[in-house]
Amino acid sequence: MQTLDQTVVAAPPKVPRRSPIALDGVSRWRAPLSILALLALPFLLPSQALAVNVLIYGLYAVGYNLLYGYTGLLSFGHAAFFGTGAYLTGIGIGAFGLHPLLAMALAVVAASGLALVIGTVSIRSRGIYFAMVTLALAQLVYYVALQASSWTGGENGLRGFTVSTIDLGIVSLNILNPLTKYLFVLAFVGAALALISRILASPFGAVIEAIRENETRARACGFDVERTKLLAFVLSGLFCGLSGALSAIHLSIVPLDSLAYHTSGTAVVMTLVGGAGTFFGPFVGALTVLVLEDVLSLWTPHWQLALGSVFILFVLFLPRGLWGTALGRLTALRGHR
Amino acid sequence: MIRQGPGYSAVSRRTLVRGMAAAGALAGIGMPFVARAAEPIRIGFPTPVTGPFGAEAKDQIRSAELAVKQFNEAGGLNGRMAELLVRDDKLNPGEAATRTLELIEKDRAHFIVGALSSAVQLSVNEITRSRKVLYISISQSDTINEAKDFSRHTFHEALNPHMTTAAVAKHAFKKGTRVAYLVADYAYGHEMLRGFKRAAAAIGAETAGEILHPFGAPDYSTFMPRLRSMRPDILCICNFGRDQANSIKQANDFGLKKAARIVVPVLLHNQRLAGGADAFEGVVGASNYYWRLGETVPSAKAFNDAFRAAYGGALPTDYGAYGYTAVRSLLMAVQAAGDTDTDRVIAALEALQYDVAKGSERYRACDHQAIQSVLITESKKKSEMQGEADLFKILEVEPGAEAMLRSCDELGHRA
Amino acid sequence: MDPGFLDLELIAMQLFSGVALGAVFVMLALGLSIIFGMLGIVNFAHGNVFMVGAYAGVFVMERTGSFWAALLFGPLMVGALGLLIERFLIRPLAGRSPDDPLLLTFGLGYVLVEGVRILFGSDGLPFATPEELSGVADLGIGFFPIYRLFVVGVVALVLVALWYGLERTRLGLIVRAGARDPEILRVLGVDIQRLWLWVFALGIALAALGGVLAAPMRSVNPEMGNVVLGEAFAVTVIGGMGSLMGSVVAGLLVGIVVSMTALFAPEMASIAMFAFMALVLLVRPQGLFGKPGLGV
Repeated sequence: MQTLDQTVVAAPPKVPRRSPIALDGVSRWRAPLSILALLALPFLLPSQALAVNVLIYGLYAVGYNLLYGYTGLLSFGHAAFFGTGAYLTGIGIGAFGLHPLLAMALAVVAASGLALVIGTVSIRSRGIYFAMVTLALAQLVYYVALQASSWTGGENGLRGFTVSTIDLGIVSLNILNPLTKYLFVLAFVGAALALISRILASPFGAVIEAIRENETRARACGFDVERTKLLAFVLSGLFCGLSGALSAIHLSIVPLDSLAYHTSGTAVVMTLVGGAGTFFGPFVGALTVLVLEDVLSLWTPHWQLALGSVFILFVLFLPRGLWGTALGRLTALRGHR
Repeated sequence: MIRQGPGYSAVSRRTLVRGMAAAGALAGIGMPFVARAAEPIRIGFPTPVTGPFGAEAKDQIRSAELAVKQFNEAGGLNGRMAELLVRDDKLNPGEAATRTLELIEKDRAHFIVGALSSAVQLSVNEITRSRKVLYISISQSDTINEAKDFSRHTFHEALNPHMTTAAVAKHAFKKGTRVAYLVADYAYGHEMLRGFKRAAAAIGAETAGEILHPFGAPDYSTFMPRLRSMRPDILCICNFGRDQANSIKQANDFGLKKAARIVVPVLLHNQRLAGGADAFEGVVGASNYYWRLGETVPSAKAFNDAFRAAYGGALPTDYGAYGYTAVRSLLMAVQAAGDTDTDRVIAALEALQYDVAKGSERYRACDHQAIQSVLITESKKKSEMQGEADLFKILEVEPGAEAMLRSCDELGHRA
Repeated sequence: MDPGFLDLELIAMQLFSGVALGAVFVMLALGLSIIFGMLGIVNFAHGNVFMVGAYAGVFVMERTGSFWAALLFGPLMVGALGLLIERFLIRPLAGRSPDDPLLLTFGLGYVLVEGVRILFGSDGLPFATPEELSGVADLGIGFFPIYRLFVVGVVALVLVALWYGLERTRLGLIVRAGARDPEILRVLGVDIQRLWLWVFALGIALAALGGVLAAPMRSVNPEMGNVVLGEAFAVTVIGGMGSLMGSVVAGLLVGIVVSMTALFAPEMASIAMFAFMALVLLVRPQGLFGKPGLGV
């Protein structure tokens, strides 16, 4: 496995540098280990519905992390991909009577397509302008969906496509059963994680991290920075679209705020809190944020204050997130740097 | 006052049912019957505790808890107490769906009551109908009655735009009146407009013009010149919540109130507080409940008194009353059915006639819409107010009748 | 269906209300632009600061009964809050990724909204138009609230004051220089951190002033900032971050566009605004008038 020369001087890293020796064994198994951890989730959390949400938002954050944590591009418009994945799944099943898996597949393709378009258009922007462009374009998608209410249901949201069983030929899954639903979603999330792990371990994965650390130098090394960024954008859109599709199946509705600014912000918060640029970090972030929201809202209607404050504290003091900081400590303990 | 319909039968049937249940329980699980009888009746109650409608949500919770308390104090269902499981849906349909799933799967709620916004009620409904759980919505919107979203497990206790607009139009429009409409461009706004125009057509009032504004717009100054140029007798503002408070305020700023009378489909407590007495003065609208109804309707007085006693002198508001009427009608049906079995309760609810806070109400068979009276209220001038809570005066009470609803056919229900 | 649709008087009136609407956009864009031009920060909490300003106005109004006091002290109080924010939340982020202050202000937005909910409740609060400014003026082409004319006047005054301050005073010179090249300025012995502190507070105070001005026109509620954030961004980007002239022109332009689309397709207003914003970012990211640094 080729890795780039890690001694390249870079901007202050928010990410634990990959230790080539001690964690290598573990990180080779990161996908299966993650899946194993997630298998335990429905038994640890108070409800399966919450557990499915953790899976879905975890995947959403992992997809987002591909672009933000690994490639270093801060997007504020990823709700567009989540929402597209959700809406097209719902429309496919509800309006066209497609098999749920086919609808999901088409939705993911559409989300990737949208990512290609938005990516092509926004990649040329630098720094903060990139964040603003993605924000503006996502808002555009939002207002278009709002207007197309005969397809999307407008602010009432899309409904009428409830999936109760998924027919896989040999076996029929009863999705109304919470545990079955969880395993169904986990199957997709697990496959996605395995895929992302491969992607990150590939030369492509190395290049996007190079771009994050020092774009000019990466370009000087001869990498096609524009093309790589675009590919990262599309892959990110793909996985976020998948999480949206799963959300549609889970909730049986697609609310309009799947496309809203707040949903884009959620991806950012979860990734940062969990650990940008780490493999499992976004899941930790999703779990933390969702559980925090649930627990806090039981005590006080002002839980957003706590959440916002926690986020600010993370930005100031724990920019590597929970998982990132933990990994960093682990690396230090093992004596590597 | 419960009038027993065909769903209820004499004691002997109940004894028979009990006997069968006991036999079944003993045979099947071996659990003592006593334990089963003590199982509480769980009512899930999703409501937007956080967000712009927090005050309304709090009122709904208080009213719903009062209904539960009254039921329990009267002995419950042969010793089985009712329990209200309040959940914060954050006015977010996705969140509401998750909470409803939790209520059904984890908390084993028998029934669900609640929701304030239309999007939320539709999302809760989607979950409850696929899992065959009885749901009573208290959100004011037409959509849930339509065949597409309806199911036999879906009930709608609140007023809908068709009812309120018909009542307001009947009161305010005359033949030849010129009406200008300012409408929020979303489903609820369109429902209100449609209702008004239909009623106006029947009365012979003219449409001077209509303007759609983006939902959530904070500024209406760009619509005022056009509205003025229409020279209407009545300005009919079809929106809700913050939009309503803002648009009425700004219409007032632009002097439109001097030129035309302002009429709205729903005139609500919290919006009036947000807009202020001066801006709202003279505005006419409809409501499901206003505490002054206690002066003429005995059950309203009873409700006011019970609420005051339970909550230190506070009075129930319009939205709050929905929490009470919905939960009470549900518990009355449970009592009538003698059981929490969903099918039985549905039958009982369909047959129920109840008068708990505002006169007699019942659910229509084809779409489970509660047929109830509509109050026409006017916002009082500051100098006329006799106290902080004396916001409105009741101009008339339109009695509940099926004629004020859209026909079953129109909603897509097959007979 | 609509009498007077193509009436010239109506169109003139519509244009005028567009300009008046634009005045509020301008206030928001000014603060955002100044903060970006000077500190390079995109303040994602700017809309919520606007909201806090409105509440500060309510607060002062309740205690003094004077709108003029609210107009003066509201922005000052919020500006003071801005000082604290810069000093303790933003300054620690210096030297890190430029994305970090953006993220921080994003979180700050939630804190501000919830803080206001705790202090003032979630309900909308009424804010009465002051007696001396209420009523309508007959402009010949139509009636227009006197208060809105007042708002346009205040914004114009603020603009003049800012222009004078930036272009004609020594302090303004230092501010502009600091925006162009902070390093050189530091070498020349200017305490650049103090400069940043006060300029940030100024940007915040401007947003708060916008909030106090808007309070009598709209109902004051904790969500009122979320609605305006998108508009503020659009205007600032279109005009050019860091350019005051840009904020003015773009603010008025957007106000007029919103007003004119209200005539035939109001629902298109938001789509048009964001499409335009995206277009500008792609074709000319510095906006119509943007130059590096800060200036008119």
